[in-house]
Amino acid sequence: MTKQEDKGIIGNKTGKVYYPTIGLEIHAEMKTQTKMFCRCKNDPFNSEPNTHICPVCTGQPGALPFVNKQAVKNVMRVGVALGSSLADFSEFDRKNYFYPDIPKAYQISQYQYPLVSGGSLVGVELERIHMEEDTATSIHKTNYSLVDFNRSSVPLMELVTMPVIHSADKAIEFARELQLLLRTLGVSDANLEKGEMRIEANISVSTNGHFDGDFSKLGTKTEVKNLNSFKVVGQAIDFEVARHIAILEGESDGELIQETRGWDENKQATFSQRSKETADDYRYFPDPDIPKYRFSDLPEFSVDVLKESLPELPWEKRERYKVAYGIKNEDIDFYLQNPKFGEIFDEAVNELSSDVEYKKLSNYISSDLAGLQKNEVGDLSNVVGTELAVIVQMINRGELSSRGAKDLLLEMYKNGGKAEQIANEKGLIQKSDPEELKRVIEQIILDNPKQVGEYKDGAEKLLQYFVGQGMKATKGSANPSILAELFREGLK
Amino acid sequence: MVDIDLQDLTIREAHKALKAGEYSVRDLVDAYLANIEKDNKKGKGINAYLHLFTDIDERVEIAQKMFAEGSATELTGIPVGLKAIIAKKGQITNASSKILEHYKATYSATVVEKLEKQGVIFLGSTNTDEFAMGASTENSAFGVTKNPVDTSRIAGGSSGGSVAAVAANMCLVALGTDTGGSIREPASFCGVVGMRPTYGAVSRYGAMPMGSSFDQISPTAKTVEDVQIVFEAMRGTDDYDMTVLPEDTWQKDNTKDKYKIAIPRSLIDGSSDEVKAVFNSFVEKIRTEGYDVEDINIPILKEVLAIYYILIPAEVSSNLARYDGMRYGSKVDGDNLWDTYKKTRGQGFGDEVKRRIMLGTYVLSAGYADKYYEKALALREELKSELAKVYEKYDFILTPTAPVVAPKIGSMEGDPLTEYLMDIFTVTANTAQTCAISIPAKVCEGKLPVGVQFMSAQENDDALLDIAKKLGR
Repeated sequence: MTKQEDKGIIGNKTGKVYYPTIGLEIHAEMKTQTKMFCRCKNDPFNSEPNTHICPVCTGQPGALPFVNKQAVKNVMRVGVALGSSLADFSEFDRKNYFYPDIPKAYQISQYQYPLVSGGSLVGVELERIHMEEDTATSIHKTNYSLVDFNRSSVPLMELVTMPVIHSADKAIEFARELQLLLRTLGVSDANLEKGEMRIEANISVSTNGHFDGDFSKLGTKTEVKNLNSFKVVGQAIDFEVARHIAILEGESDGELIQETRGWDENKQATFSQRSKETADDYRYFPDPDIPKYRFSDLPEFSVDVLKESLPELPWEKRERYKVAYGIKNEDIDFYLQNPKFGEIFDEAVNELSSDVEYKKLSNYISSDLAGLQKNEVGDLSNVVGTELAVIVQMINRGELSSRGAKDLLLEMYKNGGKAEQIANEKGLIQKSDPEELKRVIEQIILDNPKQVGEYKDGAEKLLQYFVGQGMKATKGSANPSILAELFREGLK
Repeated sequence: MVDIDLQDLTIREAHKALKAGEYSVRDLVDAYLANIEKDNKKGKGINAYLHLFTDIDERVEIAQKMFAEGSATELTGIPVGLKAIIAKKGQITNASSKILEHYKATYSATVVEKLEKQGVIFLGSTNTDEFAMGASTENSAFGVTKNPVDTSRIAGGSSGGSVAAVAANMCLVALGTDTGGSIREPASFCGVVGMRPTYGAVSRYGAMPMGSSFDQISPTAKTVEDVQIVFEAMRGTDDYDMTVLPEDTWQKDNTKDKYKIAIPRSLIDGSSDEVKAVFNSFVEKIRTEGYDVEDINIPILKEVLAIYYILIPAEVSSNLARYDGMRYGSKVDGDNLWDTYKKTRGQGFGDEVKRRIMLGTYVLSAGYADKYYEKALALREELKSELAKVYEKYDFILTPTAPVVAPKIGSMEGDPLTEYLMDIFTVTANTAQTCAISIPAKVCEGKLPVGVQFMSAQENDDALLDIAKKLGR
């Protein structure tokens, strides 16, 4: 098999060109105060089982759903951010099936009239986004099962892309960017490990070129579920594409049928879960307990109002960092993924005025400050952006050595405070006054007769040793290049 | 024990007497309990109540206290029957089904909360066809309710227990539900009043649904005035039911001195001679009283039963899916999950419920939904618009409530279609989500009761109650 990115994959035996086609279905749990259809707290992960439950979310006889408007709004905000069209008419439908984690024996979802249609993300077109409720959590033991209803009826959005993705990398890029968007909008924490974001991939390969709107040109589709990390998404897609091609090439036994498959982490392979022929008929119909929506009658759901509620979107932020500050792509990504650091950058950068300063600032944040957060005990909120800008300015004026800056940053991270004050108190202001430094140098020369001798005999490398001693004696406050010059003089 | 004449007692009279101290809430409640003790399981064996509530004494004390403190309302201390599909916290609410035989409700229905706040005393859970499916209470897992007028006959259904309890002086008023005529048809058979409010007038929260877009909690009593008092106490928006209509859309000041009434004559022709005779003399009587009554033709009314018996099973199949024995109710263990589901539901539900679940599953299935469900939905919309046209010209549509008088117990066995046909006049209001009331027509001594039904437009409930008061008791 020869991979040629977007140009398809050439089969080993036949030489035919196979085009992978991938569509994603992504569920995300909405971060709201209360659940989708009742007033229970939306907090499925941090509580004792079955503590956030009520007649509605446990499906007691006679209980009725009451729609959480904020959840609906959140899904529509995602739609506005993605340039999708928002429904004017929408309704909720019942998806009927039996399982102990679905207390009403139907899930309230949307079928014919999703809240959001169309739009795109990283160049991938979307089919729709709709709103539904999550199921309870099943916990299977050896010979019995338990159900925790804390997650029952937590608001869930389901996004479906068009089948326009052709590689695992693109699928991952899409999923990552969606995760970032959901977090930026504050609508979901979207952690894959927690199941707050769940990815399913529909995969097929075809010799008819890329999807052009004609579904009949696509090959047999398999759906891979329960992909709980971006890495696994990529692995599963690559595995399935290779499996499909191998079967079509006649290189491996097996039949290509439309089916649902899971991912086996140990075997690093997909496995068949159930075929579509035996799939359930969900008997969708409009939920008579929920009035139909006509959004043009509801001003709070208008595009303008929703648009105003949007923060700076990831791609807007990326563009701004690039154009206005010219900082590294890695740094930009770092700020997008770690918004607290991004906020510090934004706060600091306003005080600065040159590309050199921007880059230096970004460097201190993305490597030094990020390192402190990882390795030291302290608090990021101790570091005020405007004070960080002062540090950068002090470095630029030669008042602070890079060593001194690091010490200052550490102190600030641990205890907070103002940059100039800390520098003064800790004696970190760089000493560049030759007269003052001369005394230090004379003392070091007196204290190190052996090294002085060797240096004079031609071991010039020892100059660095003397500079190091000078830095030590001045607690890092000396300017090392001035020190070097003074030693060279003094040791003549 | 104080002797209280329960036969002609109304809410207002009882309130007056309670307030004046002629008798206490305890006395009133005991008078009804004595009748229940005498003729519910024993004596005539009416079987209106499945069981009495365990908190009656507590509630009596609360009501007495409200009188003592001066916070009593008209409904304080009034003994009320509660259909076994309406939830009352901590009490068995079994829908006359084996699958919920010992189920204690974990919360109270909104109407129960509203009425208990006013000091109402719910005496017990009244019999119904299983999950309200039927027109006879013969589909109850716990025996039929007998008609107090003639105990060889059915009381009707599905709210037969509630209506019989009123007719047999086992409560002053009762709550039922009406999905296709379930309060009106038994009211007709037992000679009392039953009102089905406009869909969305009363919160359904806590009433086990049969057809969610058809169900309304409905009052029954001996007088229209009592029905109105209970209806007024129950109606209004609820934070737990999105389908309740907002208050500002209701028609206001819509009562008139003289009303225009339409009769869909051809639909009535198929009724029994007995019913036709009573109905025709009722029409003659109101005509002579000066009401403008006209025979008209509303062709779509012939289709309503067909629409109803597609949409109802569809909603039933989904609404009753939750009874799986997993979280509450009776469970029959099987070899695995699916076997447990099958056994639990197979043994827990009666025939009529199973019949509707299967019908509904069928009409919603892929490939059939567009043939049945979608078409019935479209016809429902057409019915609504046809009726809206009728109601532009007429205030009410008048029909008999049921095509027959109360049948003998067991006479419809194995013949569900005859039972379905009993709903022919009543299902229209439910399908169109409008309001209707059944009041007893004057019947000669020794004859069985016959009810007449007035139907009206959505949210025209006040006018409906107005004409019922003028023409009924």
